[in-house]
Amino acid sequence: MITYVVRRLLFLPLVLIGLSLLIFSMMMLLTPTQRVAVYAPDAGFMKGGAEFIKDQIELYGLDDPFLIQYGRWIGNLFRGNLGWAESYSMPVGEALTQLFPATAELGLLAVLPIVLGAIWFGTKAATHHNEPIDHSIRVFTILGWSFPTYVFGLLVLMIFYAWLDWFPAGRLSHWATMEVASEGFHSYTGMNILDAILNGNGRVLLDALRHLVLPVITLAYVWWAGMVRIMRSSMLETLRQDYVTTARAKGLAERVVENRHARRNALLPVTTIAGIIVAQLMGGLVITETIFDYHGLGQFAARAAQNLDFPAVLGFALYFAVILVFVNLIVDLLYAYLDPRVKLG
Amino acid sequence: MKTIRYLLKNQLALTGVILLLFFIVIGSLAPVITHREPYQTTPYQMPRSGFWQMPRAPSSEHPLGTTQGQYDIYYGLVWGTRTAFKIGLGVVAVGAAFGIVIGSIAAFYGGIVDEVVMRVVDVFMSFPFLIAAMVLTTILGKGLYQMMIALVSFGWMGYARLIRSEILHIKEVDYVQAARACGASDLRLIRKHILPNSLYPVLVQATMNTGSMVLAASALSFLGVGTQVGYADWGQLIALARNWIMGKGGNPFAFWYTLVYPGAAIFLFVLAWNLVGDALRDILDPRMRGKKA
Repeated sequence: MITYVVRRLLFLPLVLIGLSLLIFSMMMLLTPTQRVAVYAPDAGFMKGGAEFIKDQIELYGLDDPFLIQYGRWIGNLFRGNLGWAESYSMPVGEALTQLFPATAELGLLAVLPIVLGAIWFGTKAATHHNEPIDHSIRVFTILGWSFPTYVFGLLVLMIFYAWLDWFPAGRLSHWATMEVASEGFHSYTGMNILDAILNGNGRVLLDALRHLVLPVITLAYVWWAGMVRIMRSSMLETLRQDYVTTARAKGLAERVVENRHARRNALLPVTTIAGIIVAQLMGGLVITETIFDYHGLGQFAARAAQNLDFPAVLGFALYFAVILVFVNLIVDLLYAYLDPRVKLG
Repeated sequence: MKTIRYLLKNQLALTGVILLLFFIVIGSLAPVITHREPYQTTPYQMPRSGFWQMPRAPSSEHPLGTTQGQYDIYYGLVWGTRTAFKIGLGVVAVGAAFGIVIGSIAAFYGGIVDEVVMRVVDVFMSFPFLIAAMVLTTILGKGLYQMMIALVSFGWMGYARLIRSEILHIKEVDYVQAARACGASDLRLIRKHILPNSLYPVLVQATMNTGSMVLAASALSFLGVGTQVGYADWGQLIALARNWIMGKGGNPFAFWYTLVYPGAAIFLFVLAWNLVGDALRDILDPRMRGKKA
């Protein structure tokens, strides 16, 4: 187990090198002038005029051979210099660190209902195979599976914000933003919900939750559908296995058979998919945060892409790729924990 | 015959096929059922009646209303059908073909080749799909084909993995071993014996992905890195609707038509492909194929 983790962690740099090569190759499709911005330390830099930019291209060797430039870029990365994000008027690294808690908060809150809901509904549908409850769950998931996140999000916003005015857009109300920024409120994690609890501030907690309802529903509904489908078919498959029949033949209660014998095994494919879901969730976050004007990494990336702010987009891509690699490692470990037949190593 | 009987028995699949046929008809009749203005250089550029920002409700002149910038929604939807087919079929066909070639090479030669190829696949997969496509489209510049290139570049890995595992399985089957013993060349083995038998899962996967690719493409357009402004594309119509979801004068649903029509189009299109893909999986299921023989 430990050897496996160590081996995977040793493998991590390899993936990261491959990934950085990939991202760098894409960046090399740009002209040197466009790439100069990657080295810009502050906002004034790019306004130095054509002559200045030309000098900088020479200074930073943006016409050099591929590998030399790559080495220099990697060197910069190691020193934590990801470049200047013009669309946010701050260094990319700073922006990413600042916005990460917001996105983590939203993502984590969305993953819970997706996974738990999927397990519950998938099991229900499978144990009531071909009964009305199964049919309604199936129809519901097929519809959700084909529903574009942004259309769903805009509809939800139209109904619950514009019409009913129950749940506002944004991350916090204006007064709450002021309160969070004030001296009396200590920011432990940057995640509003957690900070509000730690500070014992119920009003900010409520406000933060109110703002999170719509984005979480939007993120969850679309991916939830896919997970339920997988859980359902996996559970159906498991219920046909011999050991389930054996358990039933022993006279165990149906509940025990379903929960202890079938469900645990049916969870395996769901675990594998969970890794993929996290990757797709990140794509979903870009859309969801844009729709709900939620100030997080997703909105940052979308805005950067629209403004052709290359350093920001590249920094963001690298950042998420690293997270994804770790998530996949966790998923693999979880898999081994759930299925004793799987031997890591 | 068998397929028709299956469809009649399976209403979900039938719905999918009918929806798909509907979109095919709309797409092919596009020049007939829309009116092209003389100033349009290409029919894919949506005509606009004025430059007024606020959308206008459906009228006799614009049956589904106009969206922000006075683009005709009906026209955009009809020609957008063609765009959707182009994206879905084009991206999936090229991506699948590329994935099949890569996956076959990895599986057939095994060893170090397999190891290297699969690690490259891992690297591509550690890049969140939508974000990767967004980055590449940003770099290549706005436009339908740039967007399609970006989607293909990060959409082939699934096929490569799938075909690889299928081939690894089939490679050990007796008839392939027999053909090898008869002295068949590598290429002949792949082409004649292995590929045809491992293609079905890829076909199912491709059908399912057609809808997802259209979703991804319209998401890119929605985020503003997709097609050029005014291009007949469903995602863009939704992007144009975005500023108007708050309604006006206390009526939050004043501009419902800007969102509901394009939203329904994307939803039904994707639904159609997903239903057909589901049905295909049922029909091509190896266990069912076994019964036929």
